[in-house]
Amino acid sequence: MSTAVAGAVPRRGLRSRRSLRMNATLTGGLTLLGLIVMAGLFAPLITSWDPIAQDLTKSLQSPGNGHLLGTDQLGRDVFARLLYGTRVDLRIGALAVLFPFVIGGSLGLVAGWRGGWFDKVLMRLVDIVVAIPYLVLVIALVFALGAGTRSIYIAITAVGWVAYARIVRGEVLVAKEQEYALAARASGLPTYRILLRHLLPNVVLQAFVFSMSDVVLSILGIVTLGYLGLGVPQPTPDWGSMIQEGQAFIFTKWYLAAIPGLAVVVTGLSLALIADGFVHRSGRR
Amino acid sequence: MRHLTYVARRLVALLPVLFGISLIVFFMIHLVPGDPAKTLLGVRATDESVAALHKAFGLDKPLWQQYLSFMGRLVHGDLGRSFFYNVNVSELVSGRFPATAWLIVSSVLLSLLISIPLAVLAASRRGSALDHLIRAVPLVGLGMPAFWVGIMLVLLFALKLRLFPVSGFGEDIAGHVHSIVLPALTIALALTPILVRSLRTSMIAVLDSDYVVTARAKGLSHRRVILGHALRNAAVSSVTVLGVNVAYLVGSTLIVERVFALPGIGTLMLDAIYNRDFAVVQGVTLVFAVTVVVINLLTDLAHAALDPRVELA
Repeated sequence: MSTAVAGAVPRRGLRSRRSLRMNATLTGGLTLLGLIVMAGLFAPLITSWDPIAQDLTKSLQSPGNGHLLGTDQLGRDVFARLLYGTRVDLRIGALAVLFPFVIGGSLGLVAGWRGGWFDKVLMRLVDIVVAIPYLVLVIALVFALGAGTRSIYIAITAVGWVAYARIVRGEVLVAKEQEYALAARASGLPTYRILLRHLLPNVVLQAFVFSMSDVVLSILGIVTLGYLGLGVPQPTPDWGSMIQEGQAFIFTKWYLAAIPGLAVVVTGLSLALIADGFVHRSGRR
Repeated sequence: MRHLTYVARRLVALLPVLFGISLIVFFMIHLVPGDPAKTLLGVRATDESVAALHKAFGLDKPLWQQYLSFMGRLVHGDLGRSFFYNVNVSELVSGRFPATAWLIVSSVLLSLLISIPLAVLAASRRGSALDHLIRAVPLVGLGMPAFWVGIMLVLLFALKLRLFPVSGFGEDIAGHVHSIVLPALTIALALTPILVRSLRTSMIAVLDSDYVVTARAKGLSHRRVILGHALRNAAVSSVTVLGVNVAYLVGSTLIVERVFALPGIGTLMLDAIYNRDFAVVQGVTLVFAVTVVVINLLTDLAHAALDPRVELA
């Protein structure tokens, strides 16, 4: 019986993802992101400069003389720091979204399915967390926990789970009234099986699409923390700290602050294009 | 009467949210690893200063007593005492709040001034090259760090063109207005992508609605249909979209104040972080959250007043 029910499940989410035909927006976004990721991954092959090696005799050199984007105030190669910064910011940005995705998604799944007091308490908690501005709470939490990568993960998770909980809960509220969900329930399948095997694949797509925009938000948060000196500890290259250091030389070397910011914008654009492409293909526009 | 009941219901609904915010802000100090007093004081930690901090935060008392005394102070508008400035946090906040309020209001006005015409243009020329161009704005804009946009605006409008000051808040009203343009534009540029996307969608819905079709059938010009009918509804949508994004707006002031050295509560909070002045960080976080809650309430009420379809019962 259960096999028959499982076979009858439309599996909309998985199928739509599999049959996702490429469109210009999605292709553009994936290509751009692919190039950025490759630039970070193959940084040692692209540049021979060490991103943290200082040479005070060569500080604030203009682009040229072997330094594609010049050097910073400590004589470090700006291009090398930009490439290695890609590794740091993208890795933390993506991982920082993973935890809220799993935690918020799971809570939303259970709340949407069970309803009752659990749903009410969760939604009140969501109301409370969203009342505190994202950046204010992340900065306050990183301050309390102490600057560093671990604190960034905890702070972004503590703030970011609410969006996933809301999205998945909303999707579950609709999905649980669908025939396949009612059939699965009527067939006596255990709750965990209904949730994980039947509902989850059908409700996760929207949360996944949101996660693309959320990676942008997360990268913006990390870069902002770096700018404020609360992010990745020095001398690890990070776009935010590069902008903060470059700001001091804005009169003479404006590109020191401009270029890392452009890297953030282009990365954000690639992820926004991917999200837009997914939305477009899934017909949710 | 229905409006009063609606306001009363919304106020009651805020109580659990305010209670939850107070809990989060209260427990922030307990997230500090190890002995919070020692960690916060860092190199300044002496036996006396640690004991003083324990006393100030009541860290030697049971947790529930600490929370009750925290709430007792809050009810009387007391946000605690700043260790760095040695004055009441409420005094510091009230002295700095005007600059933040200026920034929030100017940002809202500027973002509406930029977003509404763009959304109207895009919606009324749906599918055109201009529409596609305007729709591309959010894709680029969403990934722009606000502080970086601020630095670039300073570079262009303050350092190169010398139209606005690099930083500061000015001495009088004219000075405030002159100084607030670039910070407000920074936030407005971050808000515009969100507003344009939502407003364009709601404008399209309005332009497709029966009453606009009727207005057109009566022979009204395109200009009058847009300005006289569609734009009024766009104003209602703007209030709703701004309400949804108010936390983002208020949060942005934190970093933008820093870039432009505006003497607001965002700068106060960041200075407190560098000075490890926990009471100020706690107090300002609370003020930011309450500001969001109050603005949210006001936008809900404005929405209810502007749109008769909103259920007040």
